[in-house]
Amino acid sequence: MNFAVLQFPGSNCDQDLVHVFKNVLGYSARLLWHKESSLGNSDAVLIPGGFSYGDYLRTGAIARFSPIMQAVQNFAANGGMVLGVCNGFQILCEAGLLPGALIRNRSLQFRCEHIFLKTITSDSPFTNQIPPEKLLRIPIAHGEGCYFADDETLNRLKDNNQILWRYVDAKGEATEAANPNGSLNNIAGICSERRNVAGLMPHPERASEAILGSTDGRLIFESLIYALERSRGKAKKRDETTAAQREEGRPSAPEIAKAA
Amino acid sequence: MKAKIIITPKKAVLDPQGKTVQGALAHIGFDGIGAVHVGKYLEIEITGNDPEYARKQVDDACHRILSNPVIEDYRFEIE
Repeated sequence: MNFAVLQFPGSNCDQDLVHVFKNVLGYSARLLWHKESSLGNSDAVLIPGGFSYGDYLRTGAIARFSPIMQAVQNFAANGGMVLGVCNGFQILCEAGLLPGALIRNRSLQFRCEHIFLKTITSDSPFTNQIPPEKLLRIPIAHGEGCYFADDETLNRLKDNNQILWRYVDAKGEATEAANPNGSLNNIAGICSERRNVAGLMPHPERASEAILGSTDGRLIFESLIYALERSRGKAKKRDETTAAQREEGRPSAPEIAKAA
Repeated sequence: MKAKIIITPKKAVLDPQGKTVQGALAHIGFDGIGAVHVGKYLEIEITGNDPEYARKQVDDACHRILSNPVIEDYRFEIE
């Protein structure tokens, strides 16, 4: 299975995504420069975080016109799976592949911290392996992550079950205090109506190894892998044993802290 | 010719910058200050001498890239 990680001038989470897909999850992943016009034999596209084109004009506004994004438009139109993280989410909104827009955080501050995410539906290629009650502890790092859409769009998102993740507190409540950026309805991530394109502001690639304090982000990538395998007709349901096996041999964060 | 373009956040969109500036103006003693909206101003120099064509081009550019119709309004003049 081949994953394409797009690289724009100013992307800075591209290497992290390649690292997680290659070294943590064991799949083939390669960087694709924004001037390329073909996705080659990619099975899914990952659009990384960063500050493409310096965030000039608006976040993602210039990146969406890169040659590679035309290929992504066609790929998505044919049902191809696309996941945008942080700046990748902003680019997908600017490109019209996802509804709405991401604007300046209500606090005007850049927020860099771990938050809790509640998964609203497991009915998507990005959430199918996430246990319904599990809160994901994943970091955010953004200044413009406030999700905005007009009422009509927001109602459509709700009606079609397109809201994938909400910011919540440790108890799972979507409170005002748990909302780090002022997003409408505490929205942290959504998918397209056809469900094959998704974006989220938090960084699952920064929460995919125990040494970084959380492996919750991996559930999102494992969902995508499961969906791709299922679409190829050889899905194997992930169970607790395999998760435990994957964990085996990896030192936990407290162990590492002790060793240091 | 020159296009002078003003892009502002839509009324329904949160404008935390505008709110902060409004608060600051009141704080330093300006009275009678209502809502403040912080936007962008662009000047684009245009070659050619057909103002109608320029108007169409600028309108298209504003719609497609210079503004985001989900969150912003724009207006411009050609001089």
